[in-house]
Amino acid sequence: MTPATLSLALSKRQGWLFWPTLSLLALMAALVIFLIVAFLLREGSPLFAQGGIARFFTDDGWWPLEASFNMTPMLLASLYLTMGALFVATPLGVAIALVTTFKAPARLAQLLRNLVELSAAIPTVVYGLWGVTSIVPILNMWSPPGASLLAGILVVALMIIPTITILTQSALQTVPQAYIQGSAALGVSSSQTLLRVVIPASSQGIFSAMVLGAARAIGETMVVLMVCGNIVQVPTSLFDPVRTLTANIALEMPYAMGDHRASLFVAGLVMLLLVSALVALGEWASMRQRRMAP
Amino acid sequence: MNTKKTTALPSGAATPWILAALMLAGCNPVTDQKHAADKTVRISIVGSSTMSPLLSEMGKAYEQETLGTRSDVQSGGSSRGVMDVRAGTAALGMVSRELKADEGDLHNVLIARDGIGMIVNADNPVTGLSKKQVIDIYTDQITNWKDVGGDDLAITVVSKAEGRSTLEVFSDYFGISYRQIRADVIIGDNQQGIQTVGSSVAAIGYVSIGSAEYEAEQGAAIRLIALDDQFPSTESVASGNYQISRELNLVYKEPITEQVRDFLTFTRSSKAAELVSRMYFIPVTP
Repeated sequence: MTPATLSLALSKRQGWLFWPTLSLLALMAALVIFLIVAFLLREGSPLFAQGGIARFFTDDGWWPLEASFNMTPMLLASLYLTMGALFVATPLGVAIALVTTFKAPARLAQLLRNLVELSAAIPTVVYGLWGVTSIVPILNMWSPPGASLLAGILVVALMIIPTITILTQSALQTVPQAYIQGSAALGVSSSQTLLRVVIPASSQGIFSAMVLGAARAIGETMVVLMVCGNIVQVPTSLFDPVRTLTANIALEMPYAMGDHRASLFVAGLVMLLLVSALVALGEWASMRQRRMAP
Repeated sequence: MNTKKTTALPSGAATPWILAALMLAGCNPVTDQKHAADKTVRISIVGSSTMSPLLSEMGKAYEQETLGTRSDVQSGGSSRGVMDVRAGTAALGMVSRELKADEGDLHNVLIARDGIGMIVNADNPVTGLSKKQVIDIYTDQITNWKDVGGDDLAITVVSKAEGRSTLEVFSDYFGISYRQIRADVIIGDNQQGIQTVGSSVAAIGYVSIGSAEYEAEQGAAIRLIALDDQFPSTESVASGNYQISRELNLVYKEPITEQVRDFLTFTRSSKAAELVSRMYFIPVTP
C-alpha cells in the first residue's frame, strides 16, 4: 500500500477510534476490580501469614487489640440484616410496583413513580439520621436499648424499597399484554390475574430486583453504624444490638494500627466474597429461568 | 440548486479545544491569592475527639492573631493522631492520655488536663455511684437501676469502641479488661455518647468531663454523677479530689516548621489557658 492510499484509507474510515476506546474503558473498569482485590489481599496478608484462615472463625471473639479476630458474629449480623431487610422490603416494593403499573390512574401513578425515584436518590446517611432520631427512641420505649438489629432492618428496608420498586416496575411492563387480556377473557379476576399470571411471568425481573436490593443492603455502612448499637455478638433476638462487617470497618479503621488494620482489610475481602456469591446466585437463577422458558 | 452544506466538523472540532483551554485555566492554583503577601500556611491537627473542639477554638484564635495561617482540626481518636503524625500526614496529633512507652519517638506538649465522668440522662434520679457499683454495672452484675437507687428500669450500658483513649483510661481506673465490659451500645466519639445517653432515660456512659459540661450547657439532656461521693468538675479534678484525670497532649515529630512551633507556644499562653477554662478543661499554665 502506497502512503497515498494508506492516508486515503484512514481518512475515509471515520470513527476508527470508536471500538478501541470503548474496549480500553471496559478493560480499565474490569482492571479496577482486580486491583481492589489484589490491594485487599496485600494489606491483609500479614494476618494470613501468621495463622491461616480458620482463626477468623474460631478465635475467642472480636478483641482486635488482643489479637483475637473472630468475624463470625459480624458476618452473621450482616446476613441477618440483609435477609430481614429483603423480607420487609420485597412485598412492599412489589406492591408499589403493581399499584403504579396496573391500578392507579395515570397522574397518581406518575406521582408515585417520581416519589419512589426521589427516595432512591436520598443519601443513605440521611436515612441514618432519621433512624437515630425517630426509630431508635420508639424501639427504646418498647425494648431498650433501641439501637438493634430490628432498627437496622427497618431503616435499610426503607432504603432498598425504591430499588426493588423501580426494577419490578420495568419487569412488570415487559409482561405481554396477551397474557393479561387472555386471562381477562377467561373471566379471571384481576387479583388472581396479577398473582397467578403476571407475577410468575415477571419472576425473573423481580428476582434480580431482590438481588440488587440485597447487594445494596449488605454494603450499607452509615445507617448500620448509627442505628444498630455496634455490639459484636450473634443476635438471639431482633432487639439485640449488632455490628455488621461494614459498620465495623467504618468504626475502627480511623485508628487501627498493625494487625488490627490488616484484619479490617480481611473483613473487606469477606464482604467482597459475600457480594460475589450474591451476584453469582442471581446469575444462576436467571440462567435457570432462561433455560426453563419455552 | 444551491444547497448550503454545513458539516459538523468545523464547529464540533472547536469544542474539545475550548474545553481543554477552560480546564487548564481552572488548574491554575494561585489566582486571587497572588495579591496576598505570603501564602496561607496550613497546620493540620488530627486525633482525639475530646480535644478537637478545644483545638478548633485555639486554631481560630491563633488565626486571628497571626495572619496567613489556617488550622485544620480532625478527630478520629488518639491512636489516629499518633499514626498520622508518624506518617507525616498531620503536623500535630491530639492525644488525650499520657504517651506510652513505645511512643518515645514523639515529643509532646501538655496543654490541659481533663477528667472522665460518668453521665446519666437528665431524667434519671440517681446522683452518685460507688466505684464497685460502676464495675458491677459494666460487667453485668447489676442490671436494673432499682438496685442502685433509681427507677425500675433495665440499665442501658454505653461504652466506647476499642482504640479510644477514653476507654483505656476508664478500663485502667476501674480495673476492667476490654473483654469483661458488657455494653449494650458501643459508640465512637464523645458526641455520639452524649447523644445516646441524652435520648435514653435508662442509659449510663462515660465521657470527658469537659465535653459533658460543655454539652450540658448547650442543652444536652445529660447529667454528670458523683463517683465515690466526689462530684466530677473542673475544680475537683484540678484539686486532685476527683480521681479519674488524664493529660491532654499535643504530639509532634521533629523537625517541625517555625509556624507549628509558634502555634505550640501559643497553646501554652495565657490566652489559650482562658480558652481551656472556657471549655471546661483544666489549664496547666496559670
